[in-house]
Amino acid sequence: MTGRTLRRQPWAAPALLLLTLIGVGALVAAIDAGTQPATASGAPSQTQVAKGSALFAEGCASCHGPAGEGTTDGPSLIGVGAASVDFQVTTGRMPLAAPNVQAMRKPPSYDREETLALAAYVAALGPGPAIPSGSVVDEWRDASVAKGGELFRVNCAQCHNFAGRGGALSDGRYAPSLMSSTPLEIYEAMLTGPQSMPVFADTSLPPESKAEIIAYIENLKQEPNPGGLDLGRFGPVTEGLFLWTAGMGALVAAAIWIGARVR
Amino acid sequence: MTATITPPAGPVQRGAEATYDYLDQRLGLSALLKTNVRKIFPDHWSFMLGEIALYSFIVVLLTGTFLTFFYKPSVTEIIYDGSYLPLRGIPMSEAYASTLNISFDIRGGLLMRQIHHWAALFFVAAISVHMFRVFFTGAFRKPREFNWLIGVSLLVLALLAGFAGYSLPDDLLSGTGLRIAAGIMQSIPVVGTWLVFLAFEGEFPGTAFIPRLYTIHVLLVPGLILALITAHLILVFYQKHTQYPGKGRTNTNVVGYPLLPVYVAKAGGFFFIVFGVLTLISALVTINPIWLYGPYMPDQVTAGSQPDWYIGFLEGALRMMPAWELLIFGYPISLNVLVPALILPGLIFTLIALYPFIEAWVTGDRREHHLLDRPRNAATRTALGVMGLTFYVVLFINGGNDVIATTFDLSINSITWAMRILLILGPWAAFVVTKRICLGLQRRDRDLLLHGRETGRILRLPSGEFVEVHEPVSEERAAILMARQDVRPLPLPPATDADGVRTPGLWHRRVRSRLSQWWYRDDIPAVTPAELAAAQSHIRHELAAAESMGVLPHEPELSEALSRH
Repeated sequence: MTGRTLRRQPWAAPALLLLTLIGVGALVAAIDAGTQPATASGAPSQTQVAKGSALFAEGCASCHGPAGEGTTDGPSLIGVGAASVDFQVTTGRMPLAAPNVQAMRKPPSYDREETLALAAYVAALGPGPAIPSGSVVDEWRDASVAKGGELFRVNCAQCHNFAGRGGALSDGRYAPSLMSSTPLEIYEAMLTGPQSMPVFADTSLPPESKAEIIAYIENLKQEPNPGGLDLGRFGPVTEGLFLWTAGMGALVAAAIWIGARVR
Repeated sequence: MTATITPPAGPVQRGAEATYDYLDQRLGLSALLKTNVRKIFPDHWSFMLGEIALYSFIVVLLTGTFLTFFYKPSVTEIIYDGSYLPLRGIPMSEAYASTLNISFDIRGGLLMRQIHHWAALFFVAAISVHMFRVFFTGAFRKPREFNWLIGVSLLVLALLAGFAGYSLPDDLLSGTGLRIAAGIMQSIPVVGTWLVFLAFEGEFPGTAFIPRLYTIHVLLVPGLILALITAHLILVFYQKHTQYPGKGRTNTNVVGYPLLPVYVAKAGGFFFIVFGVLTLISALVTINPIWLYGPYMPDQVTAGSQPDWYIGFLEGALRMMPAWELLIFGYPISLNVLVPALILPGLIFTLIALYPFIEAWVTGDRREHHLLDRPRNAATRTALGVMGLTFYVVLFINGGNDVIATTFDLSINSITWAMRILLILGPWAAFVVTKRICLGLQRRDRDLLLHGRETGRILRLPSGEFVEVHEPVSEERAAILMARQDVRPLPLPPATDADGVRTPGLWHRRVRSRLSQWWYRDDIPAVTPAELAAAQSHIRHELAAAESMGVLPHEPELSEALSRH
């Protein structure tokens, strides 16, 4: 009974927002507690949220709605969390250049500070995955590459290909190549499941496993090719292409050379 | 040969002669060599395409032998502790681990693996190109139909050997391939499931299949291939090689060079070129990087899972087929697998094998052919060949539809639909276009013979008329162009004979004569020797007239060419 009357008070909505903000702040602070102080992904300040709100109204609200509640042109951002915003904006996928089946990676439109302000604003709209701290992301440096490879083949290779070079999905969608993704971006993608990708929450894929997967991808980026040219690491298709162009071309040319009539 | 050498024999010469005598008295070499060493073979670069296949196969045998020293055909699970760090501590089969060892711990092992794999791909590619040459020049015609059949069997065996070899390392791609192969077996109505149990000794993947595949890959199939290659070459030797038409070449002679020394040198040199190119490619370009694919686990799969190129057309057919399924008495018949993976290749290979007999039946041609056709002169056959090739290439391209989609930013669904439509319409378009091109070339040949070559020199006659000087084509060229003979299509049989008795086998003979008429219908009439003589005297007169008017400067070359005709 009292709850109902409280909810009907004129100050109820602002109060709820304030409580949520404090709650998110506290949550982020709790997650970040004990790690490096005042990193870029630390607790958002009120000024950051305000700046983010202004940037949001300018660059995002036309599709995602003035309060991030979503429109027919873009999904609701309430509860997607700071990690999602950071991933989408840092990789240049948001803001969209044009409505398409899938947002493409391109140079980012916002600098780091603006991106964090936007993330703080969207995080304030509703609780969601926060940007993982630098120390959490950096755990891949000590993680097992071999275990990561196994996890990668079970969870990632079916879309991103055995060497992380990407692959086709239905109707023009695709799993992008991971070769230019930073460890932070990969971490955020696993946390938030952008576009066609499923969410790999910490409950199903614990942080150690995420670190191992990142270690494997980082290894793929640097691994030399003991066999020579890698032909893009796409599997037998490019091998066949090479065979039928350069390979058979060379042998048929040799046949023509040897078979040339001596006059 | 030795009889013609006059200088006094040195010690080397005497030694060689003594050795030869020793061998001759025991093995009867003279009789054998006299008839065979000087055997004449015709010369053309396209006759060497089959050699690429032969030499690739030799390279495959040599490198494959090396690989058997270190490969373990066993799926017993072990923990990898070799030198490739990104897989250390991972459970895998002994087959996969031994392939990793070959790649990273055996000296020269990776190079050997890569030569073996590249050479196998080249083997099938060279067989295909060689078959194109044989098909489009009509070399399969009587009396060489059986050698065509041996060739088709070799192609099928090469595919089998390749697929078995691709499956042996037990990496993620090869396991996925075997999974598909098991699925294809299962799609056979009634017996499919039991066939899989028989082959895999239970459920897929089991432990029996890889060792069995190994025996097939290193013993059965290569043995059959070797035997058939031998038969293939004996038949080429015995039936004599076909030759292209040309001056002095007839259906009853062979113009060319002797086996020794010309072809022994050419073939020997070509072997080393093929071996060299294969080794160079294998040293520079990665093939089948199994360490990146990881060990096969039935719960894993990777994007971009593809077979090697020669199975690509089947992959494409599978990816293209709509998901149709029949239910008969409650049992599903998986048309979506059965049709593209079994019925289609069955039809394709049956058609290829029977083609020489089908063509002979349609054309009613029972003559022996030792002179090759120029593809344009057999317009219908050439068009049919390109038609089949188009069908194959569409299937083949669709086998890589996912890589095409990501590379060119296209939708995989649109590619698949475009390929479905192309598969049905493309071959017909290819037939019509190829036939038109062939007929155009036939017309050009006829024109060249009857009107001569356009020299590009324009004369102005005293009357003010402009004419272009034509020159008769050279004797060599004319011999090639005259090679085509007019073949009359089979006439329609009369319905009844003079006594009103119905012709036996009427329906069969009617179909055949209709097909034969369709076959030859559009051919441009070939130039007859009489026509050629008349045309050349006409050209000669025109030239003489022009010369007598003092318009044409005297040209010894031209008058010499004229005087020969």
